[in-house]
Formats: sequence, structure tokens, C-alpha cells
Amino acid sequence: MEISRHWRLKRQRYALIGEVCPHCKKKIFPPRDICPECSEDARTLYQFSGRGEVYSYTTVFQAPAGYEEHAPYTVALVKLEEGPMLTAQLTDLGDEPVEVGMPVEMVTRKLRSDGEKGMLVYSYKFRPRFKEAVR
Amino acid sequence: MTEKKETPILKPLRDVGIVGYGAYIPRYRLPAREVARVWKSGTGGLSIEEKAVAGLDEDVITMSIEAARNALARASIDPTEIRAVWVGSESHPYAVKPTSTVVAESIGATPHTQAADWEFACKAGTEAMQAAIGFVGSDMADYAMAIGMDTAQGRPGDPLEYTAGAGGAAFLLGPAEMSLATIEGSYSYATDTPDFFRRAEEKYPVHGERFTGEPAYFKHITSAAQALMEALNCSPSDFQHVIFHQPNTKFPKRVAKQLGFTMDQIETGLLVPKIGNVYAGSSLVGLTAVLDVAEPEERILLVSYGSGAGSDAMSLRTKALLPERRGLAPRTHDYISRRTEIDYATYARYHGKIAMK
Repeated sequence: MEISRHWRLKRQRYALIGEVCPHCKKKIFPPRDICPECSEDARTLYQFSGRGEVYSYTTVFQAPAGYEEHAPYTVALVKLEEGPMLTAQLTDLGDEPVEVGMPVEMVTRKLRSDGEKGMLVYSYKFRPRFKEAVR
Repeated sequence: MTEKKETPILKPLRDVGIVGYGAYIPRYRLPAREVARVWKSGTGGLSIEEKAVAGLDEDVITMSIEAARNALARASIDPTEIRAVWVGSESHPYAVKPTSTVVAESIGATPHTQAADWEFACKAGTEAMQAAIGFVGSDMADYAMAIGMDTAQGRPGDPLEYTAGAGGAAFLLGPAEMSLATIEGSYSYATDTPDFFRRAEEKYPVHGERFTGEPAYFKHITSAAQALMEALNCSPSDFQHVIFHQPNTKFPKRVAKQLGFTMDQIETGLLVPKIGNVYAGSSLVGLTAVLDVAEPEERILLVSYGSGAGSDAMSLRTKALLPERRGLAPRTHDYISRRTEIDYATYARYHGKIAMK
């Protein structure tokens, strides 16, 4: 049962809320309460813009348990505008090829469900930045 | 004893308006000819061109979040000032657990807020709007978010499968002086009319074929529109735009004609040929398309319809702030033109119509 863990992570997952270090101003994601740069206490919440670009990516064909219905899907290392790098699925790709350096933006999507009767897990994913996606 | 009001028009104590609005339409499109290819050997008339289909990782929660974020971007207010997040839909992902709490959490409106889900077939969204007008208009709150969003269901091969689409819109209601469009007045008309329903635990709805027309859609929409226009002492020619619930292309055109509106007045808000019937979002996403282009001081009539049955009618007047704010989020037609066509097999997979066990 992972309900408590899902609940604890909801703010970072739904809205990309991390932290900013009050000492060295480094933006932190995921939040970890200690600044990875200066090792000082860092608990000030910070709302990331959700904009970033693809640093690298791969396509998953053999999905782990809970993600099978979404396979094949693309997972990317996304470098956020504010600095941190995170791993996330790409979504709404349509027919567009994924490229390193592609501008992307965060959307909140369904990540998986804890089985047929379990809770639905929502989290951040990234899609081609909207203005670029309009043809 | 308070004096009985002469007309049943709904008018709050304090003037209310739309301070932010946002649409959401998913990327995938299923052409009606593709449904006809599978079920009718390609024969028969088509009531629309294509419908919008939600992706595998989308549902009413995720779609509502994006529409609400668009509404917030246009409103440019702090989300902690929102006192209600209400989501109307007939496809809430959970039977028990609110859609609205996830949406409220995602947009930063928690915890000092009301959150609830509304259900009234295709008019659950305008019902939430009516409540939000009352909530703000009574001064209980400065801001309330009302959303109508659906990923509609249709039995494979059923006439509904051609049109049952996905999409909707969010509206942030607030004080009239800060609004992009003010609410001039509203009215609701409801009776027990069983034209369409889905029993608890059932996957697909049942509809009353021809019964969905005259005693249901046409009776409720014309009654609501006429009562509101009479109470506001205005006529069809006073409105630049009119939006009706749009289950297909034929019904809104016919009801417009019955009421005395021209095709020019309904054109901007008539999206059903391109996205299908998006149920609780249907008339609301028509309204966002109109707000995307309307000039200040134009009048808009919105009339929803929900099976079961009822209609909400609202008269709106656009304000000077509208053109300044609409560029702050994607427009409705940005979503419509962001389009990836899929075949019936992909659609069947996306909608869970393929049994895996």
C-alpha cells in the first residue's frame, strides 16, 4: 500500500513545486530540505515554471508493472529552465519526432493506477511546448 | 415576509463576471467516417466531421487541471484567493473521491476552499457556474472556479459513438468590476424528462432515440432562452453571439432558428463538427471560442442542456479587459488545430474498449 507516499508527494507531482535555497538561491527539485549545493537548510517552497528542454531520451517497450498499458512510451531527462534535471515521461507527441534540445512544458497527467481497484496516480509529464505544437 | 419576485430570473446581490476562462481539448481526433467504416461499411450520413479523443493518460481530472490553469493565467490572481473549485462531468474518474480536490491541489487553491463534483449530464458545468455566480454574488467569496469537462461514453456502434467527444472549459467567476465579461442575468429550467441516462455501475448510457428531441432538448432550451430574454427585456437581435448545447450539428442550428437567431450568431460558438459533443463541456467550450474573438461590449447568450432534463441560460456582456487578457493562455482554436488523427483501433485502445482479461 503506497497511499501515504502518493499523498506525501502530491505537491511536487501535481504542480512541480520544489524548493529554493535561501542561502545560495539554488532551485531544488525534487525537494530535499537540504541544499545540494551549499548543504544549508533549504525549505522555502518554489513553484517551477514547467518549461524546459529534452536533455536525453529513450523509448520504453518493456514497461514495468503498472505502466504496461502505456507502452511504448518515451522517457526523457528534462533540464528545467531554472536548472534542475528530472526524469519524466513525454506525452502528446503525436507524429513529432523527439529531439535533444526540444522545448517542452509540464502537464499533469495520469501516471498509472494501483491496480483495478486502487488509487489513480497523477504526476508531471512533459509535452512539446504548446506554441511550437500548433501548426 | 419578503416580497415575491415577479420573474424567476436569477440575479445576485453583487454583480458577478467571468474573470478568467480556459479551454481544453485533447490532441487526438477520430473521424466520423472511421466509425462508419467499421460499423456501417462506410454508408449513412455523418452528423459531424470528427471528434476529439482523450489520450491514454488523460481523464476529466487532468483535462480540468489544464483548463483551470488557463483560466487562472487569464485572471492573473493568486490561486489561494479561490474559495470554490467545482467540476461538472458525467465521467469523473472515481465513483467516490472528488475530481475537484485533485484539481484544487494542482492549481494551488487548497486548503481554504470548497471542492465538489457536480453531475447533471451535459449541463453539470453550467450548473456549477450558476452556483459560482451565487457564491460570489452573495459575497461569500470573491472567486469560485466552475468547470465543465467530459470524456464522453458511447456504446461501440451506437449513434452516440460518432459524436461522444472529450474536452471542456473552466471559468473563474469573480467581482464584475474585475471581469472580462459580466453576467447580466441567468435562469434555470428543469423537469423530470428521462431522455438519456446511465445507471450506476453501467459503462454505456441509454438514450431515448427521438424522445431526446422535442420534449427534451428543444422544449428545455427554448423555454430557458425565452424566459431569460423576456426577463431581461431583450430579443435575439440584441445578441452578437449565441451558444447552445451541441450534441450534433443539426440540433443547435434548428433551435437557433426556432428562437429567431441567425446562423451568423451561432457560427463562432458551434464547435461540434470539429470536436464532437463534449457533454458537460459542450456549450462552455463554445463560450470560450466566442470569448477568444469577441469585442468589448458585445452580448452573448449561452444556453446549456442536460438530459434528465434541464437548461441553464445566461446572458453575458464582454468588457474592455477581455482583449488584453485572452492572449495569456492558448485559445480554443489553438487546441482544435493541434490535431492528430487516429484510427478506430487506436481509439478502441485509448477508450479501454479492448478487453485485456
